[in-house]
Amino acid sequence: MKKHLIPSLILTIVFVVICSGLYPLLIAGISKFAPGGGKGETLLVNGKVVGYANIGQKFTLDKYFWSRPSAVGYNAAGSGGSNKGPSDSAYLKQVQANIDTFMVHNPTITKLDIPADMVTASGSGLDPDISVQGALVQVNRIAKVRNLAPEQVLALVNAHVEKPLLGLFGPAKINVLKLNIALDELKK
Amino acid sequence: MNSELLGVIVTFLLTVLLAYPLGGYIAKVYCGERTILDFMKPVERLIFRISGINPAEGMNWKQFLKAMLTINMLWFVYAFFMFLLQGHLPLNPDANPDMTPDLSFNSAISFITNTNWQNYSGETGVTYLTQLFVITFLQFVSAATGIACLVAMFNGLKHKTTENLGNFWQILTVTVTRILLPISIVIAVLLAFNGTPASYDGKDTYIGLQGDTVQVSRGPAAGMIAIKHLGTNGGGWYNANSAHPLENPNYFTNMMEVIAQVLIPMSLLFALGFYIKRRKFANVIFGIMTLGMLCLVIPTIITEIHGNPEITRMGISQATGAMEGKEVRFGPAASGYWSIVTTIISTGSVNSMHDSSMALSGLMQLLGMLVNGFYGGCGVGFLNYFIYIIIAVFISGLMVGRTPEFMGHKVEAREVKIAALVTLLSAFIIKGGLAIACYTLLHYSNADWAFKPSGWLNNAGFHGFSEMMYAVTSANANNGSAFAGLTGNNIFWNVLLGVAIILGRYLPIIGPIAIIGLMAKKKYVPDSAGTLKVDSITFGAMTFGVILIITALSYFPPLVLGPIAEYLSMHH
Repeated sequence: MKKHLIPSLILTIVFVVICSGLYPLLIAGISKFAPGGGKGETLLVNGKVVGYANIGQKFTLDKYFWSRPSAVGYNAAGSGGSNKGPSDSAYLKQVQANIDTFMVHNPTITKLDIPADMVTASGSGLDPDISVQGALVQVNRIAKVRNLAPEQVLALVNAHVEKPLLGLFGPAKINVLKLNIALDELKK
Repeated sequence: MNSELLGVIVTFLLTVLLAYPLGGYIAKVYCGERTILDFMKPVERLIFRISGINPAEGMNWKQFLKAMLTINMLWFVYAFFMFLLQGHLPLNPDANPDMTPDLSFNSAISFITNTNWQNYSGETGVTYLTQLFVITFLQFVSAATGIACLVAMFNGLKHKTTENLGNFWQILTVTVTRILLPISIVIAVLLAFNGTPASYDGKDTYIGLQGDTVQVSRGPAAGMIAIKHLGTNGGGWYNANSAHPLENPNYFTNMMEVIAQVLIPMSLLFALGFYIKRRKFANVIFGIMTLGMLCLVIPTIITEIHGNPEITRMGISQATGAMEGKEVRFGPAASGYWSIVTTIISTGSVNSMHDSSMALSGLMQLLGMLVNGFYGGCGVGFLNYFIYIIIAVFISGLMVGRTPEFMGHKVEAREVKIAALVTLLSAFIIKGGLAIACYTLLHYSNADWAFKPSGWLNNAGFHGFSEMMYAVTSANANNGSAFAGLTGNNIFWNVLLGVAIILGRYLPIIGPIAIIGLMAKKKYVPDSAGTLKVDSITFGAMTFGVILIITALSYFPPLVLGPIAEYLSMHH
């Protein structure tokens, strides 16, 4: 063992310098040229940061498109899911309550219009997106609260649909914060 | 075809397409042939010189293991004290505190062993110093340790009779400089350009559109996330791991991260074929492992796409599948695929919360970790599979009544005993650990500890049992993923899982290396008409049968009490 201790010690120091010192510095340096400069891409309204493009936000007012339920209240100082299993009775009551609340705020829809993502919490608690159907079921509510034509809101939603990667891979989705920023601008 | 399924299929095909040439490259690196990264040679020579290493000096299996264990012990001491004192050290912009001794113990073991079980949250439990100088560092070298041990096996198989399994220091070094570091740089840069933070800035505070003041945790994450996957480590920068939108911003990064984690285990198989010049042997194993993966992936994806039957009964649309614990940008298909890849590979990173997976998917995830050899972790995956091969060789030998042989070497009582012990060890750790946990929960549920056992579980009934079973299984398999509802940061789980991880790491490495060391020393027996053809499909199927039987015999009872019971209760 003693014979191996010196090489162990020096190799450890060498690799700490390379893997923990130089490597992250290199990536940090290159990332200055990335969108957001390696600090996360922010979204601005009137020159003020209102959020991060990739981080979801809590929307509870009727005039905004809602995000999904979150186990961490959309505070990105932390992250995480509910970790509730599929058969837990307390959990199933919570989902039922989410459905009921959604129905109360969107009286024009039927239950079968609600997609599962709108009543279940995401894995990160910070999901920036909802499904396309998740936005469509909210169109009537938004139009009524904001005194807009439903067609106008519908067109805005359709313009914000992000297609699958290369049009081929993965689900389509809508970034809620970007959609709501555009919605606010629509009113002016 | 549905874009979600197409995404999964293309992801897998791309992995194979990249792994094959990489396997050729890896074989060249360890053979010492010319490669495009030869400009690293002076750096390596300098490293050897200052470390006092003679890279040409061979090691027998005992010396090789001694060197490996010495440096691993050193890493443990280093990591333990860094975690313990991190709150008092620099690079801590979010002012996060020290770890408790039991948490330091658990975390240090977890990262030196490539497990990456995390009983803390990345945002609040560690500092930038420990994220980089302990975790990222260990993610490189623990992966390199596993790979180096596999290369020792390559050397034992390559030569007819030899005691020399290679020089541990030399293999460890070139694994980092020629394989892990260059590929990590590429992945990290792509992550950074897709929105993953890479700067050293601390938390940011802002006021959202609706007027809520919130914070966002950031940091030099991109580099760590690259090696976390490439090295099959799995420990996340953030608590939500790769479900976090900064850790895994879009479908492209998701494909990249899930490809990165299978890439090296798969290419090491191809490398084996090139290195010992038995391509068919490697290809058959690749086929069997892929078959094993498909047996787990297909039911998982189908189940997740169909959604939670309990929620279907509430009358809403399940067109988007089971979404609890999942992200919209990945969807149920890519989440289901990832959950199996990360459990068979021993990565343990997650892009959805496994605790919220459907009962059948949970069963498949557990099976992935119980087998722990369908591709498997960096290096150690094939070492685990090798144990199954030795058992299959032994049983085949009994069936035809000949002394079993493997690649020209007799497999005798000593080797088979080691293989049997390693196999039994897993069952012992998992069921023993689970028994201790259940006993404590039942008989000391209100013990006056910081975390009362009655509060450990986040779910009632069968699923609660699954949470505990998942924890010990993940620890033994050095996987690191969790049914994260379990409250793990208390002295009971920190110590129990820490011990399970150590046993589950080192004994399954020492066993196969000892077997190969003992076998390679023996006289070479040329092939004859009666020789067992280990590169035939028949033998591959035999190995698959051995895996099925061992797994079923060892783990059927606890699986029935957990996920199977939950499944039956939901589909009444």
